[in-house]
Amino acid sequence: MALKKQIQELHKRREEVRMGGGEKAIEKQEAMGKMTARNRILALLDTDSFQEYDMFVQHEARDFDMAKKVLHGDGVIIGTGTISGQPVCIFAQDFTVAGGSLGLMHSRKITKIMDHSLKMKVPLIGINDSGGARIQEGVNSLAGYGEIFFRNTLASGVIPQISVILGPCAGGAVYSPALTDFVFVVENISKMFITGPEVIKTVLGEEISMEDLGGARVHSEITGNAHFFAENEPDCFDQIKKLLSYIPANNDRKAAKCSAKPPRAGYKIGEIVPDDPSQPYDVRDVIRAIADESDFFEIQENWAANLVIGFGRMNGETCGFVCNQPLVLAGVLDVDSSDKAARFIRYCDAFNIPIITLVDLPGYLPGVDQEHAGVIRHGAKILYAYSEASVPKLTVILRKAYGGGYIAMGSRHLRADFVFAWPTAEVAVMGPEGAANIIFRKEITEAENPEEMRQQKVKEYKEKFANPYVAASRGYIDSVIAPEETRNILLHAIEVSGEKAVSLPRKKHGIPPF
Amino acid sequence: MKENKPTDAHDVLQGLKELNIQGDVYYTTFNRKFSNRQNWIKPDKKQVISFIPGTIRQVLIKPGDIVKAEDKILVLEAMKMMNTIHAPMSGKIKSVLVSVGDRMPKGTLMVEFE
Repeated sequence: MALKKQIQELHKRREEVRMGGGEKAIEKQEAMGKMTARNRILALLDTDSFQEYDMFVQHEARDFDMAKKVLHGDGVIIGTGTISGQPVCIFAQDFTVAGGSLGLMHSRKITKIMDHSLKMKVPLIGINDSGGARIQEGVNSLAGYGEIFFRNTLASGVIPQISVILGPCAGGAVYSPALTDFVFVVENISKMFITGPEVIKTVLGEEISMEDLGGARVHSEITGNAHFFAENEPDCFDQIKKLLSYIPANNDRKAAKCSAKPPRAGYKIGEIVPDDPSQPYDVRDVIRAIADESDFFEIQENWAANLVIGFGRMNGETCGFVCNQPLVLAGVLDVDSSDKAARFIRYCDAFNIPIITLVDLPGYLPGVDQEHAGVIRHGAKILYAYSEASVPKLTVILRKAYGGGYIAMGSRHLRADFVFAWPTAEVAVMGPEGAANIIFRKEITEAENPEEMRQQKVKEYKEKFANPYVAASRGYIDSVIAPEETRNILLHAIEVSGEKAVSLPRKKHGIPPF
Repeated sequence: MKENKPTDAHDVLQGLKELNIQGDVYYTTFNRKFSNRQNWIKPDKKQVISFIPGTIRQVLIKPGDIVKAEDKILVLEAMKMMNTIHAPMSGKIKSVLVSVGDRMPKGTLMVEFE
């Protein structure tokens, strides 16, 4: 009988904790259009797969009357479960309990599940919904954040780390998501900033709403802090599940292989790219014409859209695509797109994902703002990332590849394994107009009809250099291929690169131009 | 989630803008950041501009004053620090556009020299 009573007591205690901050707080949370922490975990994980730990953890704070306060689970839920059958570690901050504020025990729960995910080598998913540090716990809260950041860094490149911002994430708290691989945001729900609107108003007298300062759209379009934008929480969870299908559980593995499927019939690869190099097109159509089932999972779609990154599959194997986008800013490289490409290349390299680069760019974006924003050091990140990457690197030059942009975009010189070019490719130091103006300046200015002479020289330059054969004659391009041959030749290249191994000089780590 | 379908050629060709890269012109679209970029303005030594947002705590000059380069002219409180603002050049003060207690963003013109 005693055991039965004790079990009843256990159930009662569990039930109390499951109610988090109580009915009223839950109502308030749901009125804001937000799911509760527990429901979020249950929605994301496979049915009945969630196992919770540290349910009965209590804080030990004594100052400011904290001793009297009972905070269920100390404001965070941790546990393990599966997504599409694959094990994951997860934590979710519970805003209904003291605003999800982070105290010492709250942080210890998070670091416990982080340690577990690193040891078990499974992905870590963190759902952030917290007002920030628990002020009453003072320096213990700060210590807690520090312990989390340290583990984020240790785990970086070993296990996938995913941050889901489903509420406020302010002050020091933002640095954990910033250290992780992928950040998911949801419209009207996610809010991320270092200093909030109140502080900005007091100090600067500037008035701005939370949404305009650090809402989901701001981070997916302007700052680049977020990688995936969703209109609601269920969509966000679908995106997370889809992302996990493309990536391996840890850096010792390759991503799970799917069955091979051809691209859909609607994509005619030979009809996408206009002959005239000044005319735009959507490079994502080329990716879809190449990838399995024409399925392309884009990352950071709305930030630095002049460069497109994301995952697709080639005969069932995950590949990372890095592509110039002529539709936006003519596909130039600039500060933001360099950051975007470099980080993604390093991600693919860390997790054994081959990189396919599609090239069509006029070079780097000119402008005082770019130069003063440090386009030199930012641009250098791409060179560094490509050079360092040891996964298979396959490059297809679709059209323009001018100047420094040619070198940066996965060129032979940065040790691409295979470089292919379409017959429309133009590998040259710069565009024909600019080049003719410099090389033939004397002839043009001294001619009777300078404009006529200029046109003629541009034409000459085009005929001589605006093609792939000069680069092919030096072996910088391995094959000139018809657009229709692209998928099969890439599949072959991936197949023969399966056991690729490179040896790099011994070092602790390099010094990338961060 | 979004459906995968080919981009409509008609949509692509709507509202294209010209972008000149090293003499060659390309037809493309601009993103928000590029459209909102500011033109660079040559700094003018005669203008004293706030380098940080904050509050004016002291004004030590008035129009017509003759000052030497590096003279203390203003105290600007920002991020809990009293920042001394020095004269960028020797000369006569033309106008003082701030007074004690003014709160201002970064880049505000505070003092002008003649």
